[in-house]
Amino acid sequence: MNKLTNFFKSFLLLELLKGMALTGRYFFARHITVEYPDEKTPQSFRFRGLHAQRRYPNGEERCIGCKLCEAVCPALAIKIEVAERADGSRRTTQYDIDLTKCIFCGFCEESCPVDAIVETRVYEYHGEKRGDLYYTKEMLLAVGDKHEAQIAKDRAADAKYR
Amino acid sequence: MMELLHTLQLAGQDLLGPAWLPTWTAIKILAIVLPIMGGVAYLTLAERKILGFMQIRPGPNRVGYWGLLQPVADGIKLLMKEVIIPTGSNKFLFIAAPVLALVPALAAWAVVPFDDGMILANVNAGLLYLLAMTSLGVYGIIIAGWASNTKYAFLGALRSAAQIVSYELAMGFALVCVLLAAQSMNLGDIVRGQHNGYGLLGWYWIPLFPMFVVYFIAGVAETNRAPFDLAEGESEIVAGFHVEYSGMGFAIFFLAEYANMILIAALASVMFLGGWLPPLDIAPFNQIPGLFWMLGKMSFMLFLFLWFRATFPRYRYDQLMRLGWKVFIPLTLVWVVVVAAWMQTPYWLW
Repeated sequence: MNKLTNFFKSFLLLELLKGMALTGRYFFARHITVEYPDEKTPQSFRFRGLHAQRRYPNGEERCIGCKLCEAVCPALAIKIEVAERADGSRRTTQYDIDLTKCIFCGFCEESCPVDAIVETRVYEYHGEKRGDLYYTKEMLLAVGDKHEAQIAKDRAADAKYR
Repeated sequence: MMELLHTLQLAGQDLLGPAWLPTWTAIKILAIVLPIMGGVAYLTLAERKILGFMQIRPGPNRVGYWGLLQPVADGIKLLMKEVIIPTGSNKFLFIAAPVLALVPALAAWAVVPFDDGMILANVNAGLLYLLAMTSLGVYGIIIAGWASNTKYAFLGALRSAAQIVSYELAMGFALVCVLLAAQSMNLGDIVRGQHNGYGLLGWYWIPLFPMFVVYFIAGVAETNRAPFDLAEGESEIVAGFHVEYSGMGFAIFFLAEYANMILIAALASVMFLGGWLPPLDIAPFNQIPGLFWMLGKMSFMLFLFLWFRATFPRYRYDQLMRLGWKVFIPLTLVWVVVVAAWMQTPYWLW
């Protein structure tokens, strides 16, 4: 008997019609595509995009050259050289991030004792030739200067969870 | 309209004399082929849109308003691309294969009636001609697969050959039922046979419903469309028979596949859905030109093609063969006998 019902079920294409009813229903469903350049998905304040070096409000750079980020970086994307500055403070002479190596894990940001290296919400950047994505200290500081307001806001929003 | 055509005919005859007949035929051929080409172009867009909608995404919508210029962009892209001929291939056959695939797909349209009398060649054995033409299309695929000298292309060609031969039989028997019911092989007469005052219910899809289903499924298999697209099988044999084709060669295969789809849709409309006849033989419906009904029915069948593609996963090869030989052929054979017997009783109302 079971065999017989199965026979008729497959013979009358019932399962196929069920499948078509499902796709037919979805034909009229509202599409969920985010049309990217025109629309963007909401971002978290913890978004890990392009790196930036921050400064204190008086213009002094935050980084003290402790090399914790260099040590923690799993992709070995960070290179730091340190020297004593004329006023006796410890500062970096070289702070490079190779973004082609970086895996955007956010460990550098987490390890930083002075919140100097951060990852911003910027993700729309590109390089047009080899080496364009090798960010030097000046470039990182420039990114930080440009987005400082947003960076500070995101750190404040995340502060109570840290 | 008819008077206009008549005066045009007379004027042409005066102007060109005996050269008028070939000229007029060429004009008629163009009047069929050009809309088919346009139809193919926009069928690709329709396919992408419908697949998109069924997968809750919008489909192409960047080129032109609502993506309406997408086929033009695709066409230009394919035209500009380099045609690569593999060194190991048979060059003559490699170039001839796409043409062999496209020509039968277009030639078959000669006997398709679009409206009462709107037919290029009113052949009495139209149905036989159609069967011949739709079978010839497989040579393009086999030759393409063989001439490419690649294992994937060759496997695709073998699969396609076996598949088309198997489904041709079921398709032929389904058409024999139509032929029995209409008692004619002239496609115009087949449509006229469905004009019996019952409107929608008088068409052959009612008495021949199983054959309608078999014919359409076999048609999907004939055109190598999903879920029977084993000849392409992009996940197993890359792209099957046209893996080595690029640029225009690929475009022509594409054109042939879609022209075949439109053809199967047109034939299903003519043979089972009453061709140019209106669904109800009353005032507002039967004043609309028959061409409109014909195109409407074709669009519906084409929508089914795309709906199938959006719904069903690809058949396994042995399932495909089982369906063709062990389900469709016995079923159609039985139905031929049923229809023949039914027609001898007074209960045959069609």
